[in-house]
Amino acid sequence: MYAQLVKTDADKVKSLEEMDPQERRFQERIDDDQKIEPKDWMPEGYRKTLIRQISQHAHSEIVGQLPEGNWITRAPTLERKAILLAKVQDEAGHGLYLYCAAETLGVSRDALIEQLHSGKAKYSSIFNYPTLTWADIGAIGWLVDGAAIMNQVPLQRCSYGPYSRAMIRICKEESFHQRQGYDIMMKLCQGSAAQKAMAQDALDRWWWPSLMMFGPPDADSVHSAQSMAWKIKQNTNDELRQKFVDQTAPQAAFIGLAIPDPDLKWNEEKGGHDFGEIDWTEFHEVLKGNGPCNAERMEARVKAWEDGAWVRDGLSAYADKAAARVAAE
Amino acid sequence: MSKEWPLWEVFIRGQHGLSHRHVGSLHAPDAEMAVHHARDVYTRRNEGISIWVVEARHITASAPGEKGPLFEPSNSKVYRHPTFYDIPEDVGHM
Repeated sequence: MYAQLVKTDADKVKSLEEMDPQERRFQERIDDDQKIEPKDWMPEGYRKTLIRQISQHAHSEIVGQLPEGNWITRAPTLERKAILLAKVQDEAGHGLYLYCAAETLGVSRDALIEQLHSGKAKYSSIFNYPTLTWADIGAIGWLVDGAAIMNQVPLQRCSYGPYSRAMIRICKEESFHQRQGYDIMMKLCQGSAAQKAMAQDALDRWWWPSLMMFGPPDADSVHSAQSMAWKIKQNTNDELRQKFVDQTAPQAAFIGLAIPDPDLKWNEEKGGHDFGEIDWTEFHEVLKGNGPCNAERMEARVKAWEDGAWVRDGLSAYADKAAARVAAE
Repeated sequence: MSKEWPLWEVFIRGQHGLSHRHVGSLHAPDAEMAVHHARDVYTRRNEGISIWVVEARHITASAPGEKGPLFEPSNSKVYRHPTFYDIPEDVGHM
């Protein structure tokens, strides 16, 4: 999940009886599966939570370009390079759709970007891990985009119209991302022993961070209940994580890769896999900024923003001049 | 010193002669750049053959509170739909 820890400001979910008439009407519309649109009345908590969630999601798309961008110039063939370029371009587009959705809630683009650069806003922990080999690009597409899709598909039904519409567009575009990643892994596994070992090494390093993408376990996830009542979250973190493990385990087996979890096994009774304990200390450290690449990612992001300032200013000055010329005529 | 570029709404006409349809928004310094950005952001997969952009501040929208007075009157006018009329089958297609 690209938004892993979204605070809602609510310590408990209000019942319809506890709400004032306006809020009650709002909740009843949500319960009735009606979409909330930008100009509709909404509780302040709903607005703030959505801004946090959508902007975390947008920031993740933007920062997510960095680990992959690392391999554009190093892709093994021209075709792989073109594909990776298209994928990274999609991530930029997805970030832009999401920023626009957040802006409909009354926050400016510059404010959102400032929150990312100052470290106030979060992005997914997954992008703070390094991409050491070409196989990492395969593992990211297969696992990271796979986990993201698992989270994003239900978000298409989110109660907030602009977010839901952005998700529909993103989901439509993103399924190629996962398939191209699996395709890279498949090719590596059909290659030499060294190539297969490279694929296995990438899976070993990306497996656990991918499971962390779904956020903390339900028992520790205090904000889930309110987000689910507002229908800005449809499934719990653990539900989606379970689904991801069940989907991915056979895919790994198919290409002959071993998932690095000795406790992973099929549980007939529950109709799903059992799997090992996630290292939540690592998760919280990475979120706090202490992951292997947090500093590097933010440095690259801020540098890109600052290096582009003269272009943005130049274009603004040109537009102002042209507008003044028209006004004078 | 930088100022934020204004917001533009983007409309795209698809392949099959349909009307331009709202697809989303973006920031751009002027109309020309807005069209360029719209092409990059909203037509990466052959989605369109024509782009319209309009600065968001020029759009006037109806207020959500007026939904009733604006749209409810048409609810009762079922005779505006062809299915309101029973035409005997013997008459054939009409």
